[in-house]
Amino acid sequence: MKDFATFRHVLIFLGVLLGVSGNPLNTVAADYPFGLLMVGPANDHGWSQAHFEAGQAMEKILPGAKMLYIDKVNPADRPGITIPMLVDDLVGKGAKLIIGNSDDMKDGIREAAAMHPEVQFIHISGDDALTGKSGANLSNLMGRMEYGKMMAGFTAAMTSTTGKIGYLGPLINAETRRLAAAAYLGARHAWVNVLKKPAAELQFKVNWIGFWFNIPGVTSDPSLVTGSLFDSDYDVVISGIDTTEALVVAGQKKKAGKEVWAIPYDYQGACAVAPEACLGVPYFNWIPGYTKMIGEAMNNKWQQQFLWLGPDWQAINNPDTTSIGFMPGNAMGDPQKKALADFQQALAKGLNLFSGPLNFQDGSTFLKAGETATDAQVWNLPQLLEGIEGASK
Amino acid sequence: MRYVQFMKHPLFSRFARISVIAGLALGGVGLLLFTLGISPVDIGVTLARGSILSLQKFGHVLTIWIPLLLCSCGLLFTFRAGLWNIGIEGQVVFGAIAATLLLREENLGLPAAATLILAHILSFIGGGLWAAFAGFLKNRGGVNEIFGGLGLNFVAQGLILWLILGPWKRAGVASMSGTEMFARELWLSTPPGWRLAPAALVIACIAFAATAVLLGATRFGLQIRATGINPTAARLFGIHPGRTGLLAMAIGGGLAGLAGGLQVSCVYHRLLPSISSGYGYLALLVVMLAHYRLRPVPAICLFFACLAAGSIQLPIVLKLDSSLAGVIQGACVVSALLVHGLQKRQRGEL
Repeated sequence: MKDFATFRHVLIFLGVLLGVSGNPLNTVAADYPFGLLMVGPANDHGWSQAHFEAGQAMEKILPGAKMLYIDKVNPADRPGITIPMLVDDLVGKGAKLIIGNSDDMKDGIREAAAMHPEVQFIHISGDDALTGKSGANLSNLMGRMEYGKMMAGFTAAMTSTTGKIGYLGPLINAETRRLAAAAYLGARHAWVNVLKKPAAELQFKVNWIGFWFNIPGVTSDPSLVTGSLFDSDYDVVISGIDTTEALVVAGQKKKAGKEVWAIPYDYQGACAVAPEACLGVPYFNWIPGYTKMIGEAMNNKWQQQFLWLGPDWQAINNPDTTSIGFMPGNAMGDPQKKALADFQQALAKGLNLFSGPLNFQDGSTFLKAGETATDAQVWNLPQLLEGIEGASK
Repeated sequence: MRYVQFMKHPLFSRFARISVIAGLALGGVGLLLFTLGISPVDIGVTLARGSILSLQKFGHVLTIWIPLLLCSCGLLFTFRAGLWNIGIEGQVVFGAIAATLLLREENLGLPAAATLILAHILSFIGGGLWAAFAGFLKNRGGVNEIFGGLGLNFVAQGLILWLILGPWKRAGVASMSGTEMFARELWLSTPPGWRLAPAALVIACIAFAATAVLLGATRFGLQIRATGINPTAARLFGIHPGRTGLLAMAIGGGLAGLAGGLQVSCVYHRLLPSISSGYGYLALLVVMLAHYRLRPVPAICLFFACLAAGSIQLPIVLKLDSSLAGVIQGACVVSALLVHGLQKRQRGEL
């Protein structure tokens, strides 16, 4: 009898727990739900947070738009879960357009786009729309971060007292080679043309960790890599990864009395992690790109496109108009600020650092004297440049 | 009178026990969620909707269920033989590597179907050999299979990273994102609109049936059991415990390797560093929860698969971190183990 009573109570409890009466969950009832798949956490102070906040802004800018999001979309954080599975779930919740915010999602987004031809997809940082590897429902969006990285490199060289600049790289591909090369070109410009020092005295070293953020046991630990750069007299580390370890370590070293600095990446507010060691941050502002692409999709004007958007040179930190910004940090000195402003003006007027003569790392010619790189050459940079220490492939 | 007889029936007693475990586990989780200010009802409905309330989502659940079931079946062999095969993660990884060895080759000159069949056979052999190596270390080197297995897990993880960043890396790319995708015809076929390759489901069901037959209805199964219960006594019946254990490890590892093969051919279509998805470790929990018995294994695997697939809904619908599903999973396991422990104490076994 006692057993039966227990059994009955258990059944009642289960009924209450799993009961569907008065179900509080309703499907999303917005005019235009769109999904955002983020490779990292939505609050990473880096790449994913920049996307998350742009997605939130869409809900205000585009009436009817409603964001559905899933963060930490990577095999380490979500074992066994694939991009097509997540896309199925978002589509099941009504998403009409889905953004995948990582190069790492390229294969999965391509597969999902083929499974859901009625849904539009935006893949950030890929180029399927150019190469024709996907259907008409997949577009690509990216910012011309080369300019932001040039500013980062410029600021680093203007600040460094040792002439040794470290670059904390993620994985190696055309995008990351291009950005590391841009940072180097910015640093070399400051070193040679502003500080009037010999190029040979500038050391620029890239250390790749293997992924966009730390995966314990899989990637190199970005904190350890940064620490070892600082311990080898590299006094400025430019971060190319999605999270803020470089700045965190710089802040710790600074507190311990070492004169070191870092330049984080991706997110406008990234310096807040350790403002005393932060020289500034080149960041993406996804609002203009999202507004254009999602707005067009909402108005049934979707067309497959490859958008590579640059800074608004009139107002580089204007959230409504610029796709790339650079926010100076507390640790940047006044002379460096002035020099950076001059450099930005020069870039705005057409200064192109991807100009010959430039050699690849292996000594072969990239650009002859008088040549400037085309967009395709910059986008698909096959090697690091001569003068950069670190692996190219 | 009839009622009392019904109460004493073993079926009812087992059902009541399972209900008490489920009730306590869910009650504990419910209380935990309640104190965190989260409605257990919302969580339950969200997880159910994200896993079993649509055919498409149930396909996702089965995608997780299949490798988990294969790993669990593999562990049943080794647990029955009295061996703790902690190295199962490495066996999944090694099976995936073995399958990739064939699937990444474009010019094998074999029909796609033959390549796929060979790849899965190779994954079984790869996982089996990796596990047998742990067994060999135990038999010949005196290395406890727990430490041997753990060590081999690290070796397998190192090997897969080296392959992905080295010889098998994508052209011009060095990334943990994995190898190049396999050619389309070398993906295990999924009918239009499906989210699951039927062949994978068939393989898992056959593996489960074979495990049931081998362990429950053959002389070999009896030998494994005898080895697990009392290896010294087993010798008196002409059973060689070392050899039997080694064979159990090889079969168990083979099933885990097959799970790895299906992960690359059916789920990811490429080799990833985290290709095992932690299914090996999760399977250890499954088998312990099942009390090393075969029958409850598919249902427990299904429960865990539902949690994993359903958890996708938590951030979408409730804006909650989906790692909450891991908390629920852990709380369920702890609650169930606690109930088992209390029952044992009641019976005077502890």
